[in-house]
Amino acid sequence: MALSRNIGLAVAGVAIAGAVAVFAIVWRPAIAASEPPAPQSLDPALVKRGRALAATGNCADCHTRRGEKDFAGGLPVPTPFGTIYSSNITPDPETGIGRWPEAAFARAMRSGVDRAGRHLYPTFPYDHFVNVSDDDDRALYAYLMTRPPAQQPARRNEVKFPYNQRFLIAGWKLLFLRQATWQPDAAQSAEFNRGAYLVEGLAHCGACHTPRNALGAERQSAAFAGGEADNWHAYAINGQSPAPVPWDTEALFFYLRNGWHPDHGVARGPMAQVVSNLSSIPESDVRAIALYTASMFGAPTPDRKRRGDEALAQARSPSPKSGDAGAGAAIYAAACANCHETARPPPYGGINLRLSSGISSPDPRNLANTILTGVQPVQGERSPIMPGFAPSMDDAQIAVLMDYLRARFSKGTPWTGLEKTVAEARRGQAQFLQTSAERRNAPADPAQRDKP
Amino acid sequence: MMTLKVNGRDHGVEAEPDTPLLYVLREELQLNAAKFGCGLGQCGACTVIVDGKAVLSCVTPVLLLEGKQVTTLEGLGSLEAAAPIQRAFMEEQAAQCGYCIPGMMMQAQALLQRNSRPTDAEVRGALQLNLCRCGTHMRILRAVHRAAALMRTADASMGERSAQ
Amino acid sequence: MNAPLILDRRRVLAGGGALILSFSLRPAFAQDQAAPPPPPLPGSLKQSPFLDSWIKVDADGGITLFTGKAEIGQGVKTALLQIAAEELDVPFGALKLVTADTARTANEGYTSGSNSMKDSGTAIQNAAAQVRALLVAEAARRFDVPTDNLRTENAEVIAPDGRRLRYGELVAAEMLHVQAQPKSQLKDPATFKVVGQQVARVDIPAKVTGGAAYVQDMRLPGMVHARVVRPPSTGAQLIECDTAAVEKMPGVVKVVRDGNFLAVAAAKEFRAIKAMNALAAAAKWRETPTLPKQDDLPNVLTGLPSQDFVIHQQGSPSPAGNAIDATYTRPYHAHGSIGPSCAVAQFADGAMTVWTHTQGVYPDRQGIAEMLRMPPASVRCIHVEGSGCYGHNGADDAAADAALIARALPGIPVRVQWMREQEHAFEPFGPAMVTKLKASLDGQGMISDWNFEVWSNTHSTRPGGAGSLLAAQHIAQPFTPPAPKPLPLPEGGGDRNAIPIYKFPNAKVVHHFIPAMPVRVSALRALGAYHNVFSIESFIDELAAAAGADPVEFRLKHLDDSRGRDAIEKAAREFGWQRGQKAPPDRGYGFAFARYKNLAAYCAIATEVEVNRENGRPRLVRAVAAVDSGQVINPDGLINQIEGAILQSASWTLYESVTFDDTRITSIDWQTYPILRFDAVPDSVAVHIINRPGQPFLGSGETGQGPAAASIANAIANATGKRLRDLPLTRKRIKDAIDA
Repeated sequence: MALSRNIGLAVAGVAIAGAVAVFAIVWRPAIAASEPPAPQSLDPALVKRGRALAATGNCADCHTRRGEKDFAGGLPVPTPFGTIYSSNITPDPETGIGRWPEAAFARAMRSGVDRAGRHLYPTFPYDHFVNVSDDDDRALYAYLMTRPPAQQPARRNEVKFPYNQRFLIAGWKLLFLRQATWQPDAAQSAEFNRGAYLVEGLAHCGACHTPRNALGAERQSAAFAGGEADNWHAYAINGQSPAPVPWDTEALFFYLRNGWHPDHGVARGPMAQVVSNLSSIPESDVRAIALYTASMFGAPTPDRKRRGDEALAQARSPSPKSGDAGAGAAIYAAACANCHETARPPPYGGINLRLSSGISSPDPRNLANTILTGVQPVQGERSPIMPGFAPSMDDAQIAVLMDYLRARFSKGTPWTGLEKTVAEARRGQAQFLQTSAERRNAPADPAQRDKP
Repeated sequence: MMTLKVNGRDHGVEAEPDTPLLYVLREELQLNAAKFGCGLGQCGACTVIVDGKAVLSCVTPVLLLEGKQVTTLEGLGSLEAAAPIQRAFMEEQAAQCGYCIPGMMMQAQALLQRNSRPTDAEVRGALQLNLCRCGTHMRILRAVHRAAALMRTADASMGERSAQ
Repeated sequence: MNAPLILDRRRVLAGGGALILSFSLRPAFAQDQAAPPPPPLPGSLKQSPFLDSWIKVDADGGITLFTGKAEIGQGVKTALLQIAAEELDVPFGALKLVTADTARTANEGYTSGSNSMKDSGTAIQNAAAQVRALLVAEAARRFDVPTDNLRTENAEVIAPDGRRLRYGELVAAEMLHVQAQPKSQLKDPATFKVVGQQVARVDIPAKVTGGAAYVQDMRLPGMVHARVVRPPSTGAQLIECDTAAVEKMPGVVKVVRDGNFLAVAAAKEFRAIKAMNALAAAAKWRETPTLPKQDDLPNVLTGLPSQDFVIHQQGSPSPAGNAIDATYTRPYHAHGSIGPSCAVAQFADGAMTVWTHTQGVYPDRQGIAEMLRMPPASVRCIHVEGSGCYGHNGADDAAADAALIARALPGIPVRVQWMREQEHAFEPFGPAMVTKLKASLDGQGMISDWNFEVWSNTHSTRPGGAGSLLAAQHIAQPFTPPAPKPLPLPEGGGDRNAIPIYKFPNAKVVHHFIPAMPVRVSALRALGAYHNVFSIESFIDELAAAAGADPVEFRLKHLDDSRGRDAIEKAAREFGWQRGQKAPPDRGYGFAFARYKNLAAYCAIATEVEVNRENGRPRLVRAVAAVDSGQVINPDGLINQIEGAILQSASWTLYESVTFDDTRITSIDWQTYPILRFDAVPDSVAVHIINRPGQPFLGSGETGQGPAAASIANAIANATGKRLRDLPLTRKRIKDAIDA
C-alpha cells in the first residue's frame, strides 16, 4: 500500500516536476504594454541605421503583402506544416507592435516570443536574429516605430493540429535554438567578421539556403547546402553550388549589389527582393557579405575552374545547333534563342543558358518558375523583362523544353517527373505573384544605375 | 503545314513552325487586330487569347499551338454584332491612336472570362503587361469595368430567358 | 480658273457677285497703291483659297471634305467633319473625308503645333459656310426668292413654300471652283447642333473590331516585306558586307546596298526579319564615338557654341541680393510610339507612291523626291494612320526607306516596318534642355525682377529637304542635313513658352540656340514648352514659398489674362484647393498653369502625389484640370487629349530619359526606356472644359504636358519638402533628396 502510494507520489512528483519543467520551458511572461514612442523622440541617426539594417534583414518583404501597406504583414509563407502569415510590425497600437516596449522587441528577435509571451513560429527566423547585437536591435526598433502605423489585423495561420499548438514551439526551441551561433573569428579580417555577423544574423541567408530537417530546423551539418523559399529552390551556396561558373567575391558583390551578373543571370523570385534591398545598404556591408559568402563557396578546385572556363567559352561563341531534332529543340529555337543567343549582353539580353544555374541545378523548380512567369518589369525603372510562357505552353511542352535544356546546356543527369514539377510550379507561381511585395528597385547596368 | 484553330475555324498554315503567331495571324490570315509593337514580349500590343489565356503572340511560335484554340479580337465580335468588350470601348471612346487597344481588349477579355467582377486593382494588375503611350489608361479602365457590367447583364438576361 | 460669269443684277445684289468682283478686281488692287490690300483669308484658305480644294459636291449629292491635316489619334477627322456638317447643314454621317494626300488635298504643312483646328478647322468652317451660301444663292436664283427667305437643312435648300432642292441638284460644274472670301456668314454658336456636341469618333469602330485602320494593316497585291539594317551609330561606315549568303536565304527577293544604306526584302514578313538578322550579322561597321557624356549633359549643352537671342525685355531686371536662382534640366526624351514606324511604297511607270503616317505629306514628298532625284510631281505621298507619333518620329524616314527600296523593285509594293529597337534608337528625340532662372521679390511679396535663360537645340529637323532623311544621309551619294534654324516666335521651338504669361515689372528672357546636335533631335509634343513651363511653374512655386504665399493666389496676383485666371480658378475650385491646406501624410498637392505658346489653349492642373518615404517612389494619385480651348468642337475629344497629356507627361516627368554611351543609343526597348504602366496610373483624372462659344478654335493637343510636369514636381516638393529640378524625377533622386 505504502509502496503504491510512494510510487503514486513519485509519479505525481515527476509529473508535477515535469509539468513545472515543461511550464518553465514553455511559459514566457507577458511584457507590459507601453505607449508607442513619439517618432520625434527617436534619434534620426538611429532610425537611419535601422533602415539599412531592416533592408539587410529583408523585413519589409516578409512583412508586406502586395497591394497592402508596408510592414503590415499578411504575406502567406508556405511551410511543410501549413501556411503562416506574417505579422503586422507597424507601430499600430491595436494590430501592430505599437504597444511593444523595446525590451519586447528585443526578446522577439532573440528568442521568438511576442509581447504577450506567446511563442512565434520559427518562420520568423529568430534562430538567426539571435545573433543580432543589442545596438542593432535598438536601431531596428527605432526604425519600425517611426513607420506609418497601419491598421491591419493578423490573418489566421493555416496550420493543422498539432502544429497549431504553440507550446510545442518551445520544444522546438529547446532542440534547435542556440544562443549566438556565431562568434567573431580573430584570425579573420574585420570585413570578414562583419560579413559573418550579417550573414549569420540579420541577413539570415541560411534560412533559405540551408536544408531543413523533418522538424523544420536548419541542418547545421549541411550549412548552405541549398534550401527553399516560396516554391523556389535556394541554390547551394557552398562547395555544392551548381553554378556553371564558380562564384568569387567580386562576382558575388556585383550580383548582390546590382541584382544580376553577366556570368550568372538575373536574380529572380525571392532573391530579386533581397538584392533590391541590398542595393540600398552601405556598400561596405555588401562587400562584407560577399567576402564571407565567398568563403563558404570556397576556392574552386582546378577541375571546377576548368569547367567554368569551358562554360564561359561556349557561352561566348555558341555553336548554332540547328541540327538538333525534337520538340524541345524546336521550342528552344523558336521561343528562347531570339533573346538567349544574341550579342546583346545581360541583363537586357537573355543570359546564354550554358551559364544558367537553374539548368545545372539538381532541382528543376527554378527553371520551371522562370519559364512560366518570366521576369516582370519594375515600375518606372530600367529592368529586364522576360515574357512568361505559362499561358502559351502547356505542362507537357514545358517539360519537353526543360528536358532539352538540361541535356544541351548542363552536365547534369536528366530530371524526372518534370510534368508534375511544372504543374506544381504553375500553382505555386500564381500565388507568389499575387501576394509577394513587388520589387522596389531594379537590377540595372551599374553604369546606368545612378543615372536618371 | 499545320492546322491552326483561329476564331472557331481551322486554317492550314504554311508558315514555318518557328514563325511567331503574330505574323501568321496578320499575314496569312489577314487579321488586323493583333499588332506588332515590339516583337519582344514587352508591350502587349500583340495579345490574343489561347485556350482562354491571354498570350503575347509575338513571342509564341505556332509550333506551340497545335490543337489549341486561338481567339483574336475579330473572333469576339464585329461592327454589326459587337461583343460586350467592343461595345464598352466604343461607348467609353476608349482610344486615342488606338494602336494598343486590341491588345488591351484581349487581355481584359481573358480576365473577364475568368473573373466577372474584377476589382479595379485586379484590372490594373491584369493589364500590367500592356503599354499605352497616348495616356488613354483611365478610359481603358472604365471600359473594362463597363464591359464587365455588360457581360453580367447579358448573363443575367440569358439566365432569365432560360428560366422561363 | 474662271468662275462662272453670270452677272445679273440680282446676283450682284445678293452678294454672289462679290465673289466675282473681288476676283476680277484683284489685278486692279495690285496696281492701285493707295488701296489697302485685301484682308487675309482665314486659316489655311490663305494658302489654298479655292473652295473646291476643301469641299466637293457631286451631282448625286455625295459631299466630300478635304483636309491637308492627318488623323494621328487626336480625333481631328471627327472634329473637322463636325465643323463641316454644322456649317453646311448636312448630316454628319453623310460626309466623306479625305485627309492629307499630295494628289488630292491642300498643302497644310505638318499636322503639328496644335494648329489643326486653327488652320484646317477655320478653313473648313469658312469654306463650308461659303459653299452653303453659294448653293443658297443658286437656289435663290432658281426659285426666284431672296436668299434671306431660304433655309438649309439635311443637304437641302428649302423655300418658304416648301419647294426644295438637294445640294446635288444645285451644284453645277466648276461652281465651287471659286476663291474664298475673307469673311463668311458663320452660324451663331447658340444654334450649333453638331459642333460642341458629343459625337463619337469616326475612326474608333474600325479600331476595336479589327478593321484595317493603320498603314501597318495595308496589304497590296504582290507586296513584299522589307527590313532595313541601319548604321548602328551616327557616322558609322559600312566597311564590308557579304550579301551573297543573305540573297540566297529562302524567300529573299532583294538585298539593297547603296553606300551605308542596307536593306533586304522578302516575300514573307518573318523571313524578312530572319534575313535582316543575317544581314546585320554579316555587316561590319566602322564606328566613331560621337555622343556626349550623359552624366554631364547639362554642362555639355551650356558649353556648346550658341546663338543668343534676347526674346523678351521689359524694364531692366536686376535681381536683389536675396534673389532666388535655380537651374532646371531635361534629358532627351523619346517619342516611343507604340507601333514602330512603317510605310508602303510602289514605283511604277516613273511615279513613286508612298503610303506613310508622316505628319507632313508635302514636306516628306519634297524630301523623298530630292533624295530619289525625281521631280516632286512624280512622287505622291498619301497619309495613312500610324500609331501615335507625338511629333517627328521615324515616320518620314520609314517613308524614305520604302521609297528607296521600291525603286529597286519596280512595280512591286514594298512595305518597310521598323523594329522596336530601331524606332527607339534612330528616331529623332525631344532635345535635352537647360534653363536658368533668377528672380527677386519686392517688399509686398510680388515678383519684381525676372531672368530666364534657356539652352536648347532646334526643335525641328523635319523634312523639307532630303538631308533630313536618314536614308538620304546614308546612301552612296548622300545629302547632308541642313543647318538648323530656330523656329520663329511667337510659336518658337526651344523658346516656346519661354516668355512668361505673368506680368513682371522687369523681365528678360534669353534663348541660347545651340546649332550643334550631338544627338539626333526634332519635334516632340509641346516642343520647348514642356521644359519651359516645367521650369517657370516650378520656380513660381519656389518664389511663392519664399513669399509665404499660397501657390494659386500667388499666380493670380501676377496674371492679367482673364481667361487664364478663369482656368486657374476653375481647376483650383474643382480640386478643392484651400489656402493653408495640408495633404495627408506622405502626400503633397501641386498646381501649375500655362497658355500653350501664349496664344493657344489655356490649361491649369492641380495634382495630388504620394511619395513612399521608404524607397522614394512617387505616384500620381489624382489630377484635376481646367482647359479653355475657345469654341469647343468635340468635348469628349478635348477631354481625351487632356487626360492623355497628363498621363503622358507624368511618364516623361517621373521616368523617362534616353540613355547612351559614347557611340550608341542604349535605351532601345521598353526594358531600357520604361514608361508608365498600369501600376502607376492615378486613381482619377478629371478634366473641366471652359467653353467659349464663338471664340476662335485654340489648339489643345499640347497644352497639358508642361503644366502636368510642373504640377507633379510641385506636389512632390509639397510632399517631401525637397525641391527637385532635374528631370526625370526618379524614385532614386527623390529618395536621395529625402535622405539628404
